[in-house]
Amino acid sequence: MIKQDENISGICTPAIGEAGKTGDWSDVKPAIDHSKCTPAVKGKAACFLCWLYCPEGVVHMTIPVQIDLDYCKGCGICAEECPPNAITMVRKEDMNE
Amino acid sequence: MSEIRIITGNEAAALAVTLCEPKVVAAYPITPQTKISELLSMYVETGTLKAEYVRVESEHSALTVLISASTVGARVFTATSSNGLLYMHEQLHWAAGSRLPIVMCCVNRGVGAPWSIFNDQQDSMSQRDTGWIQLYCRDNQEIIDTVIQAYRIAEQVYIPTMVCYDGFVLSHTMMPVEIPEAAQVKNFLPPYRPHTFLDPERPRTINPVFFPWRRENAEGVLCDGYMEMRYKLQRDFDTSLEVIEDVNVQYTDLFGRNYGGLIWEYQTGDADIFVTGMGSIAQEATLAVDALREEGIKIGVVGIRSFRPFPKEKLIHAFSRARIIIVFQKAISYGNEGGLSTEVKAALYGSGIDAPVHDYIAGLGGRDVKTRELIAAIRDTLERSGGGDCKNKTTWLNCHRG
Amino acid sequence: MYEIIWHGRGGQGVVLASEVLAEAAYLQGYKGVTSAPTFGPERRGAPLAASTRISHEPIRTFSQIEHADIAVVLDDSLFKVVDIWGRLKEGGIMVVNSSAPPAESSIVKKVMIIWIDAAAVAREHRLTAGGTPVVNTPLLGALVKGWNYIALENIEQGLAIKMAASGAYKNFQAVKSAFSKAVIREYRGTHA
Repeated sequence: MIKQDENISGICTPAIGEAGKTGDWSDVKPAIDHSKCTPAVKGKAACFLCWLYCPEGVVHMTIPVQIDLDYCKGCGICAEECPPNAITMVRKEDMNE
Repeated sequence: MSEIRIITGNEAAALAVTLCEPKVVAAYPITPQTKISELLSMYVETGTLKAEYVRVESEHSALTVLISASTVGARVFTATSSNGLLYMHEQLHWAAGSRLPIVMCCVNRGVGAPWSIFNDQQDSMSQRDTGWIQLYCRDNQEIIDTVIQAYRIAEQVYIPTMVCYDGFVLSHTMMPVEIPEAAQVKNFLPPYRPHTFLDPERPRTINPVFFPWRRENAEGVLCDGYMEMRYKLQRDFDTSLEVIEDVNVQYTDLFGRNYGGLIWEYQTGDADIFVTGMGSIAQEATLAVDALREEGIKIGVVGIRSFRPFPKEKLIHAFSRARIIIVFQKAISYGNEGGLSTEVKAALYGSGIDAPVHDYIAGLGGRDVKTRELIAAIRDTLERSGGGDCKNKTTWLNCHRG
Repeated sequence: MYEIIWHGRGGQGVVLASEVLAEAAYLQGYKGVTSAPTFGPERRGAPLAASTRISHEPIRTFSQIEHADIAVVLDDSLFKVVDIWGRLKEGGIMVVNSSAPPAESSIVKKVMIIWIDAAAVAREHRLTAGGTPVVNTPLLGALVKGWNYIALENIEQGLAIKMAASGAYKNFQAVKSAFSKAVIREYRGTHA
């Protein structure tokens, strides 16, 4: 039997997807060309302007840079800010080849 | 030994609060409530009350502070009047929806515009649908006792509770009041146990956006939608009817003073004519009843102590032999009639009681309501087709209508 | 039930006098006592009133007193400004503070007048506030001389509840002095 919420006021605990996955809010997603992206090219922590500008905090400061598409709302700010133009916004259905 | 002191309603309220030992008090002064804030701030300064007194810049902030404090598990208190209460309006809903057992005194005062600092009950009655329990007091003894009861009630059903009493008429009038013993109050009022509270060890979000539908959370628990939350509040209001009665019985056992719980009755044993109202006007009506009974009129008073929850069943029982019901109220629901009359009529719908309910608006903005004026109004009602005719008629007591 | 209205000006202590009387009456054994100020803003120098109700039974009326049994007038300049006579019962008691006894022609109702030069009593007992003689407590002494329902020792205890010991002592000396000096006379009234 499914467990029911006994709370008498609105309460939720932090968990992935608790407030719904916001990744499905748009039809475009950022795609990174790692042959242009600075950390990948230099092989060290550098640039990360996409991480700095992302209003949703879905960009991970990794080498190579990764974006959590489950939560990315597809606003395109990272693509706009990327100095070497390594990020392009692509339609979702074109994404997985 | 409990002590009897001659004090004002505001002093009675402040003493009651001190006995209940809240951890946080936040209030913004407004006439005629000001003395409560002054006294509580003094008690905190002198160490009589071990609480945090938060000085705020508005009533809205006062209640916001209490919502926060209550959410982390503190017993809290505030007091206000009139436009101050209206300024809290948004947070009144928030406190109720969050199920926080905040206790507040509303020292009833007319609402501006035009400005009035004097008494009526438009302020609290206009907050009817905010999800607060509302209890009305007849004298200063009832104020001190009701504030103590209010914490028990609120903390049992997790519904914030407003203790309402008439500004100046009670707030500034001194009368003998028996001060309950601190040890007995402690005995009566167990420590506050929040239904949930914010704690860094167990991070949680309180009051996220709720959707129209129910949903499974990330842990697979089926969570309420907005409507289920509203239903739970209403369900617990139903429970509060019993709780208010039980708390009154327990209070009577311990302290020897009985307020009737949801309603109180005066000389109703053989009555077929009933006067009803809330607060000091209902108390004044008991004197009108004494006078009219000397003329052989079988009349009594049913005082409504709990406006929310509204004691429908109790009233149906109390009015079961009613031939005529007369409602005296210090508030008006513009475009209709006195709100209390509407409530009484609605309570009787389908009960088989078809007594006419006469609607009187009295004492707005501090206009004095004397016993002889109540007597004259009752007499006038009885003379009007034997009291049977009251269709669509609201009488403004002692008011020039040019 | 006895109803008393205190007429004075803001700062003269009508509220305190009314409270002391209520305390004293309660000590005397009256179960019902109330004391209320004029409802509203308090302003120094402006005419205002306080009211005391005293009864054997707990009091259930909180409306304003219409026609008092007793009027206590702290400041005789108020006769021109406030309808003091209109709020006093025919056959009631009026306690007046004035430098000279009230003129018979000014007494419009059948009434017992208790006259006291309370300012002189206050000066004699060095009972002043900011250079002004304190007349409220001496008037309590004058009141209970003509209206003997409350014993002086209960006034003394009432004062002790409402003020610090040294103040209560000093005030009570003035109360006793006013009690002995007050002049009581019955008038039939001119019914002007």
